[in-house]
Amino acid sequence: MEAPLLDIKGLTVSIPFRDGERAAVSNVDLSVRRGEVVGLVGESGSGKSLSMLAVMGLLPRHVSVSGSIRFDGIELCGAPERRMRALRGRRIAMVFQDPMTALNPVKTIGAQIAEMIRLHNPRLSGAEVRERALGLLEAVAIPAPERRFDQYPHEFSGGMRQRVVIAIAIANDPDLLIADEPTTALDVTIQAQIMEIFARLREERGIAVVLITHDLGLVAGLADRMNVLYAGRIAERGPVGPVFAAPRHPYTAGLLAAVPSIDDVADRLYAIPGAPPALQNRPPGCAFAPRCGFSVPLCHASEPALARFGEGVVACHRAAELSLSTLSAKEA
Amino acid sequence: MLKVVVRRLLVMPFLLLGIVTATFLLAQFTKGNPLISIIGARNLGNAEIVAAAKARWGLDGSVPERYAIYVWNLAHGDLGTSFRTRQPVLTDLAQRLPATLELVIAAMLVGTLGGIGLAIVSAEFKDSAADHLARLVALMGSCLPVFWLGLIALFLFTVQTRLLPGPGRLDIRAVAPPPVTGFMLVDTLLAGDGAGFVDALRHLVLPAAVLGWSVMGIVTRMVRASMLDVMGQDYITMARAKGAGRLRVLVHHALANALIPALTILGFTFAYLITGSVLVETIFSWPGIGSYAVDAARSLDYPAITGVTIIGGLGFLLANLMTDIAYAAADPRMRDAG
Amino acid sequence: MLFGPTLPAIERPRPRLAAGIGRAFRRLGWSHLPAIFAIAVLAGLVIVALTIPWWTPYDPIGLAGRRLQPPSAAHWLGTDALGRDVLVRTLYGARYSLPIAAGVLVAAVGIGVAAGALAGFLGGLADNVLMRLADITLAFPPVLLAMAIAASLGPGLVNTALALIIVWWPIYARLMRAQVLNVKKLDHVDAAIVGGVRPARLLFRHIMPLCWSPIFVNTTMDVGQVILLAAGLSFIGLGAQPPTPEWGQMIAEGASNFYNWWIALGPGVAIFLVSLSANFLGDALRDLADPQSRGR
Repeated sequence: MEAPLLDIKGLTVSIPFRDGERAAVSNVDLSVRRGEVVGLVGESGSGKSLSMLAVMGLLPRHVSVSGSIRFDGIELCGAPERRMRALRGRRIAMVFQDPMTALNPVKTIGAQIAEMIRLHNPRLSGAEVRERALGLLEAVAIPAPERRFDQYPHEFSGGMRQRVVIAIAIANDPDLLIADEPTTALDVTIQAQIMEIFARLREERGIAVVLITHDLGLVAGLADRMNVLYAGRIAERGPVGPVFAAPRHPYTAGLLAAVPSIDDVADRLYAIPGAPPALQNRPPGCAFAPRCGFSVPLCHASEPALARFGEGVVACHRAAELSLSTLSAKEA
Repeated sequence: MLKVVVRRLLVMPFLLLGIVTATFLLAQFTKGNPLISIIGARNLGNAEIVAAAKARWGLDGSVPERYAIYVWNLAHGDLGTSFRTRQPVLTDLAQRLPATLELVIAAMLVGTLGGIGLAIVSAEFKDSAADHLARLVALMGSCLPVFWLGLIALFLFTVQTRLLPGPGRLDIRAVAPPPVTGFMLVDTLLAGDGAGFVDALRHLVLPAAVLGWSVMGIVTRMVRASMLDVMGQDYITMARAKGAGRLRVLVHHALANALIPALTILGFTFAYLITGSVLVETIFSWPGIGSYAVDAARSLDYPAITGVTIIGGLGFLLANLMTDIAYAAADPRMRDAG
Repeated sequence: MLFGPTLPAIERPRPRLAAGIGRAFRRLGWSHLPAIFAIAVLAGLVIVALTIPWWTPYDPIGLAGRRLQPPSAAHWLGTDALGRDVLVRTLYGARYSLPIAAGVLVAAVGIGVAAGALAGFLGGLADNVLMRLADITLAFPPVLLAMAIAASLGPGLVNTALALIIVWWPIYARLMRAQVLNVKKLDHVDAAIVGGVRPARLLFRHIMPLCWSPIFVNTTMDVGQVILLAAGLSFIGLGAQPPTPEWGQMIAEGASNFYNWWIALGPGVAIFLVSLSANFLGDALRDLADPQSRGR
């Protein structure tokens, strides 16, 4: 089998506190093949964004990162800034969550796209850069790109800005696109349009995408495989179809039950009780145990290891005995 | 934002009238008798001389009358005649303005460039030793009395090490170039006097550095705070995700945004510079408006004091207006916001 | 029951990702050092100012030794043109500069707070009159206004103080007015009005107590500024007159004995230390009043 484009092994991200470091992401493995869309799902604070910022090498200096991050055979963990800079924007690009804050308010849209092109193609002439930038605006379906080129971010709607952010991200035909909640800040109708752009990019350009989200609907519509992250650890991983059909981890099942669906006639939306543990007081056993309806004493005592189940892996002591696929809102 | 500028423009005449009235009233409260400085204490007993002097200098008549005459004259560009120099105050000020402007502009350059530089270092290396040092250097500038700093600087650089020339704008033996603009740096160049230009520049270094350091504190504080705000924004992470280098992110993205809110202190800085220039000019025998004001205040030269105060107030108003305009022009979001 | 209907565990959008992370990691270190330094300097000077007449080795305005002596064991900071001990005079200077700064600020803050509170609370005509007065005062560069006032009242320390009060009150009037307007919008004020609280009680009991912290912070920081400007006015001859051992006046004496650098050294360093301490203390107070601004 072909080596994966991005291969993360044992990634741990630790944040210093007054009484020592705490791992916000611990021992995470994750791989992305060329042209594949991988979902990274979890609640806020689960470490999704942190692990992807670690891939980009964009974490603050005092955060320590260990483990291995191999991108196309190149080790990124601990790589010198020069190497990271050559990769960032050129081979790995990022789409940010909030298009209202991701664009520099005092520079024109055109200048911000051009910057991305120029940084990695210093020899291009001004006219060539402009032409390419206009082409990109067209590629993300921004009408009248000539006129839009010299406008400032505040003259764009949220959806249009997110298209610009995507245009910037794909400017140098990257191999990997990290999309951090690319639709969270947008209206539902705009969300659909943005997801359409992602789908097209993948088809036309073969870009691999890591889709960070808490929205399982997006994952179902776009991703090939998914990773569920809870409290900095992988809870479950597998191809999207099987995981949706038969989740093995109670947390995944909970997330799925919390998704509203059209054929669901329940009058109430279900939610997982409680909140994820704070970084400062993670429980000793399974981090999900305090919120889990299936927990047994073992769950509170020892941390479950990832184990293979069918096409995926699960970190749950009771994965073998539980049957969660039939769990629906009404039974709860 | 345009509205703010227009509103400021509309308020300006009223503020000016307020300034004029306040300074005029102030001069009426004077305890010292200005006649002493005109005709000397010995002649105060001589009714004839006193009456003549009063008529000559417009000191007779009731307060409202004199106020009306003063405002009328002012409207015609007449600030009165200095008791001390026996010249129209406006002429005196016009002669001395370029020297002050040259000093203030040079100090502004030192203060803003130095302050921005310190702020960049301090924000980029927040909480490190470099940050603490940069902030301390900036803070020292605003805590050291400029008149003392000027004195120490003169002693160190001209007496001890002889690195720089002493007070004044030019060497005493040098022949001043024909005054065209009044700016010594420009005039020496216009006269084709290269040595004179260097001499003028060397004379400018110390007062400009001392005065500039005194405003570095507020510039650094403001720019640093706004840099820290900006550096937490997503577009900074985005710029780094593009593969931009640290310096590029810092200057092109962070500083470009951070300077906009920092612009609001321009007017405030101007007030500091005026204060400083009064004292620095005294120390460095700089023939500008500041030393003129000090001489006027020491000799109870009321027309001159009033004139300087009014012109200073006008300059301050204009500086604030320019701050608003610069602020509106620098931010693309403001430009469109009518 | 497995999944109960509680609050949805749906992630809220998190803007400024990097900012949030950065803030979480910010550490405190050495942060109290400046405040300790400031308190030590100011407390030391106050003690010196209060007690110096009992232990001074020399008379501050009398002959202490030979003229223009450089620093020595007998005169740690040398002597001036009249043979007076510079160190003793510098320490005596605290008896002038500190009370002036305190007096000016107490008066300016008092006037400013009263005017600002009235303007903000009453609005309408009172607001207009008071604030236009403040506007006009603030339209002058402070030093020019202070000079004009000091020149018109005649030189002297008391007149300098008056001039500085006139220069400073509008700053506090504006600050207080803005505070009152902000606090007026709070719910508990509405509740008090609905509850029939009388206006005076409303202002003093419900509004003013919430307005003080920025006033305190500003006042502390301004101690240095007042001392600097007062010394500046004395330096150009409008403030304290010889032989008063006031710091600005002493620096002026140092300027006229330019080659005897030690004469101006003591008072200059004294002004600097007080001013620096006031800034440090102001920063510390602001961090206390508004922990979010820490390190800004």
